[in-house]
Amino acid sequence: MTLFKTLLGAAALATTILAGPVAAQDKPKELKIGIATFLSGPASVFGVPAKAAAEMIAEDINKKGGIGGVPVSLSFIDEGAGGEALVSNYRRLVQDEKVDVTFAAISSGSCVQLAPLAEDLKMMNFMWDCGAASILEARKYRYVFRTQANATPEMLAVLMYLLKTKPDFKTIAVVNQDYAWGRESWEIFSTALKQMKPDVKVVAELFPKFGAPDFSTEISRLMALKPDVVLTTSWGGDLDTLVRQAGQRGLLQQTSFVLGIGETSIQRLGKDLPEGIIVGARGDHWFLHPEMKNDAGFKAFNEAFKAKTGSYPIYSVYHMQQAFSALQGAYDKALKAQGGKWPSREQVIDAMAGLEFKGWGRPVTMRGEDNQGLEAQLVGVTKAAPGYDFKVLDNMMLFEPKRITNPAGTKSVDWLKTLPADFYKAVVPTFKHGG
Amino acid sequence: MDSTIAVLAILDGLSYAALVFLVSVGLSLIFGVLRIVNVAHGSLYAYGAYTAATIGLAVAKISPWLTFPALLVASVLVGVVIGGLMERFLLRPVYGREEVLQLLITFAVFMIMDNLQRLIWGVQPIFAADPVKLLPNVSVLGVNYTSYQVILLPLVALATLLGLRYFLRHTLAGAVILAVTEDREAATAIGIDARKVFLVTFMIGASLAALGGALASPTTSLVPGMGTDMIVLSFAVAATAGLGQIEGAAVTALAIGLARAFIIYIQPEFEVLVPYLIMVLVLLVRPMGLFGTSKVRKI
Repeated sequence: MTLFKTLLGAAALATTILAGPVAAQDKPKELKIGIATFLSGPASVFGVPAKAAAEMIAEDINKKGGIGGVPVSLSFIDEGAGGEALVSNYRRLVQDEKVDVTFAAISSGSCVQLAPLAEDLKMMNFMWDCGAASILEARKYRYVFRTQANATPEMLAVLMYLLKTKPDFKTIAVVNQDYAWGRESWEIFSTALKQMKPDVKVVAELFPKFGAPDFSTEISRLMALKPDVVLTTSWGGDLDTLVRQAGQRGLLQQTSFVLGIGETSIQRLGKDLPEGIIVGARGDHWFLHPEMKNDAGFKAFNEAFKAKTGSYPIYSVYHMQQAFSALQGAYDKALKAQGGKWPSREQVIDAMAGLEFKGWGRPVTMRGEDNQGLEAQLVGVTKAAPGYDFKVLDNMMLFEPKRITNPAGTKSVDWLKTLPADFYKAVVPTFKHGG
Repeated sequence: MDSTIAVLAILDGLSYAALVFLVSVGLSLIFGVLRIVNVAHGSLYAYGAYTAATIGLAVAKISPWLTFPALLVASVLVGVVIGGLMERFLLRPVYGREEVLQLLITFAVFMIMDNLQRLIWGVQPIFAADPVKLLPNVSVLGVNYTSYQVILLPLVALATLLGLRYFLRHTLAGAVILAVTEDREAATAIGIDARKVFLVTFMIGASLAALGGALASPTTSLVPGMGTDMIVLSFAVAATAGLGQIEGAAVTALAIGLARAFIIYIQPEFEVLVPYLIMVLVLLVRPMGLFGTSKVRKI
């Protein structure tokens, strides 16, 4: 037996030497995934549901035998810790816990910090939810990927929906949270708006403090200004408060509201969200997705998630699913390329280029040139529907990602400035709720 | 600026100032009497809000009007129970020791309460708007306001200010508190139980923070971290007024509320800056605060 083991060891050693440094490896006992998500602070409205989803998805993967036969295990770090604490926790994941891949992160601020670190550590990292386009525009990464769209197509889809459905508006005001996302999303939206409808007057640009508990003054000002459209890309408690305070005072009835990423608030707002509000979803994410709603797996996932957390999934949950699907897809592709042998990290990285994977929406394609995911966008308008104690989305449009994502090698705002005035007139399929 | 905007800004400023005053006056009172800068004050605000919403959502099933008394019940409950426990078991042992200990303890309480809050109420925003919905809207120059925000909140703030003034200046209990504040040793020598005074004052201050949160709860989303913002603003108000100054807190809250509202109409970019700009300017000219007085050292 001892001789047998020695021979086996020698054979394995010889194989390793002959195959060189990027050779296929033995299957590990487990595939360790480190996930950065918000477990504290206001953004935990995205982070905590996403963590619940990650646990569900991992359990499901393991039940089915794991990825390439290897079970996955999860470690979480809290993005809410922020700054240096987040960076050192990330290092701990990579260097001490020796995870095989990381999903980081939700906040663009976290991604700006962690993406270069992941690259330095040669750690495959999926930016699974952060939206700032600039991260992948400023530098070419090998190890860092974004498994969903960036803010440019997300905002462009919302603007195109507005222009298609309310083409005659003359004035607009914005109320966004005063931090990177609030500012960047307005820059994208307003730049594209100038190209497609230059006669629209911006009557107020309001950036209340992030986490502001009260928007009374902003609402008074908007009620006095009477803009045709009010855009907000706020989220979480800020958006809920703004919508409710505006509703209580009749502003929602006076002007057309556009909630750029309002999908996550729909269930919480319940009856306080009126009909006729335009809502974006940071991707084609909606638990009643018109092309997916009859898919048995999708329905089962949504119901299981609701049973576990009390709510239907929101976009951060679907983004988490996309990260897992991308990982599964990359390993499957690399395994196939290696004839079934367990691939090295470099081989998995190579498999990411051009990979097409499917979460719970239309397929997402990884663009090889800049590691940017091309993801469809769903925008709709709120409507009351029997069977739900909150509004659902109606007249949903699904936007093709290739058309509305800036090409690799271009900067978002520069590209937006080249768009023709009739860009929004492109034909986009529309779906009725329940249709 | 036309007169319409001025009127709207005054109304907006008033309702904002009312809430800010309610929270900061509790901080000021506690500092004035106990000489403690309570970092956990924002947590008491948050717990007041969450408790009011929890009780409110439960009693609304019986009658939505019960949500009004629920606001008061929640404030007293939080102030007496949490405030009482904090003072009795955490702060009392460190009176007379280095002030940094009090800061560290209240900071630790703030961190613990913040985490407990997430465990108890979760991370999803909670909203309990019944009290706002029950009261009618009022229209001013074509702009709708909720009477909850422009009438009820300023009235409660005014009643609190007058009530506190009366309590401290015209009642025996108030006189006892003032005596302990002025000279603890002398007060103790004439038979006043200073420890009891500290406990009761801390409970009142904590209840005021919780009342601020409870009154804010029908208008805003209750989210993790909501207490943090409020504590920073309360410190700004209390420092600008002069720590321990109750009337000063009212005037400063009003100044900050109005300045903030006007700046949103004129130059919204500076909204966040305004309270702190006022604080810096005031402290540059009067380092002891608007209403603070410099004291002669006893020794």
